[in-house]
Amino acid sequence: MAAPRASLRLVAPVWNRGTSGIRGLSKAVDPEGSQRKGRTLLQFLTDRFYDVEAVREYLLQKQVLKVQKKNRFRDREWMRANEQGLSSLEFRKLQEVPVEAVDASGCAINYQGLDNLLALKELQSLSLRRCPHMDDWCLGRLYHLADSLQELSLASCPRISERGLACLHHLQNLRRLDISDLPAVSNPGLTQILVEEMLPHCEVLGADWAQGLKVGPEEQSPDAAGSPIPA
Amino acid sequence: MLRRALRLRLGPCLSGRGLGTYRGGSTLDWDGKVSKIKKKFQSIFPGGAWSPLYDTSHLPPERSDVVIVGGGVLGLSVAYWLKRLEKQQGAIQVLVVERDHTYARASTVLSVGGIRQQFSLPENVQLSLFSAEFLRNINEYLAVVDDPPLDLQFNPSGYLLLASEEGAAIMERNVKMQRQEGAKVCLMSPEQLQKKFPWINTEGVALASYGLENEGWFDPWCLLQGLRRKLQSMGVLFCQGEVTRFISSSSHMETASGEQVTLKRIHEVHVKMDHSQEFQPVECAIVVNAAGAWSGQIAELAGVGTGPPGTMQGTKLPVEPRKRYVYLWHCPQGPGLEAPLVADPSGAYFRREGLGNSYLGSCSPTEEEPDPGNLEVDYDFFQEKVWPRLAQRVPAFETLKVRSAWAGYYDYNTFDQNGVVGPHPLVINMYFATGFSGHGLQQAPAVGRAVAEMMLEGHFQTINLSPFLFGRFYFGEKAQEHCIL
Repeated sequence: MAAPRASLRLVAPVWNRGTSGIRGLSKAVDPEGSQRKGRTLLQFLTDRFYDVEAVREYLLQKQVLKVQKKNRFRDREWMRANEQGLSSLEFRKLQEVPVEAVDASGCAINYQGLDNLLALKELQSLSLRRCPHMDDWCLGRLYHLADSLQELSLASCPRISERGLACLHHLQNLRRLDISDLPAVSNPGLTQILVEEMLPHCEVLGADWAQGLKVGPEEQSPDAAGSPIPA
Repeated sequence: MLRRALRLRLGPCLSGRGLGTYRGGSTLDWDGKVSKIKKKFQSIFPGGAWSPLYDTSHLPPERSDVVIVGGGVLGLSVAYWLKRLEKQQGAIQVLVVERDHTYARASTVLSVGGIRQQFSLPENVQLSLFSAEFLRNINEYLAVVDDPPLDLQFNPSGYLLLASEEGAAIMERNVKMQRQEGAKVCLMSPEQLQKKFPWINTEGVALASYGLENEGWFDPWCLLQGLRRKLQSMGVLFCQGEVTRFISSSSHMETASGEQVTLKRIHEVHVKMDHSQEFQPVECAIVVNAAGAWSGQIAELAGVGTGPPGTMQGTKLPVEPRKRYVYLWHCPQGPGLEAPLVADPSGAYFRREGLGNSYLGSCSPTEEEPDPGNLEVDYDFFQEKVWPRLAQRVPAFETLKVRSAWAGYYDYNTFDQNGVVGPHPLVINMYFATGFSGHGLQQAPAVGRAVAEMMLEGHFQTINLSPFLFGRFYFGEKAQEHCIL
């Protein structure tokens, strides 16, 4: 649902500008709330009017064309397929050069599709942000890239949970791991701590470990920090 | 199509026994019919026993093409594949009879929930590989319109089996076979093991095999509920009741070598309702014995094993319930998130549970079997047998605190610890799908398909499970599984 939300972001401000003064005030106080109201209004209209739906589809298509797979070869800049889906002639000359980084953000890559990525033995950086079909089973396949992978981003993948993150311990060369905004992870703070323990040489970006902990006014006693955390 | 299913076994009997001669009770039995009709009329008239306004909605139907005894994961899997592989939608009526709808003693839900491909028989590896693929795509297989997708809570952490000096050569051979079948398993030396999992004590370990993909553990209750939901949407009927009797007919035949055998065919299954004497005779064409730990009793009811010992008729189904414990403990300094399900050479195993440093584990008893009459937990067993072995393997487990425990049954095959599938040679319309001795859950989707293929086509199509047929108990051909936990 990431892409439709993006198109909403384009259209919602148009509607909000036309709202009355009180609504405008409420937007200043609670921007999230009015965005939500804007979204439900848009949804309501889309359900009832075909032309609103057509406008949304058109904007969605434009957004989707922007989100495309990018590859970076060794010592070169990022290369991306152009609008027709074809790459430049330079691409063919690069067949022997190993692929160093792949940006597959937003791609609908699934378990079988990963075969293509896992064949890249010199891959150093992989970005799988917002991939809707990446789940725990797919993470279980990433051990093939253990020798070379240094940077991995799994941010905002809706199906990845802490059980899949346990398979990342094979990737001992990993130096940067991004596990922020994973909605299926039950306890992001605790998961972050456990993943950091599992991958000692890696910098893990994600939830702040203190998120979810309530620190009271007197509660900074040293023995509370020293004792083991009961399950 | 059902006739084809009935004609499936080529046993040691004369073929060319067409379907026409195959009726149990003769149809020319006029006297019997007339007396039956007379009795019926007597009960209809006033003063008789028949009441037209009697509510029978809680009873199972009066006839059903297939009756599956046992509503655990194996029974439901057979029902699923039957409905999926039937040639025409709605062609086969299936009834699943389950004694306890709360599944309080069912092996499925009390299981630790692991799935692995590290077995010693190629058939087991293939079964497990297909089941992993089924579980991975479970929302395509078990999708029901308007219902939320299933979340199996699968942990892809793998299994780590450790072997001592004696077992190292066997483990190497097994791993070679598993890799040939397509499982992703790697061998590790003690040094590599120490480097990868620093919390293990590698003393006494000569070799370890580690499953890299398609191995781990999941939530069996979710699988069961998913199957139930899908089956209800496919039109399978469920009934809560206990099978107390089979009405069958026999015919005497002569084998090619001149030996006399008695072929039995089950006509009716008597399903008794809970807490009452009321029962419903269900006419059926095929009975599937998927009763798990109680399959032996069901087989005896059907007449399997009643005969002189040493003959096919006298060969019982060697499946009996064995009680196994599972303990849940907490250990604050225990292995981290990367821990697989570790199995010690001594038979003790453990795995992580959740995020909070809790662990599940146990050991199969080697000397004395606990009494399978009840599901009471023996905590002394943990103190004496399980804890010392685990603490020796993982030193962090020296300080732990047991939180809870439960017990469940293995449908233990005393012959060779592997499943029994396929029809019985003599009770010709009873099919088995039982006896998996602790690895039934992880093979259930594939076994269900194999049994359904056997019922519909007459032979195994995708995975050849001929080593698991019933005949091996009589012929003495063991299909021994060495890697059981």
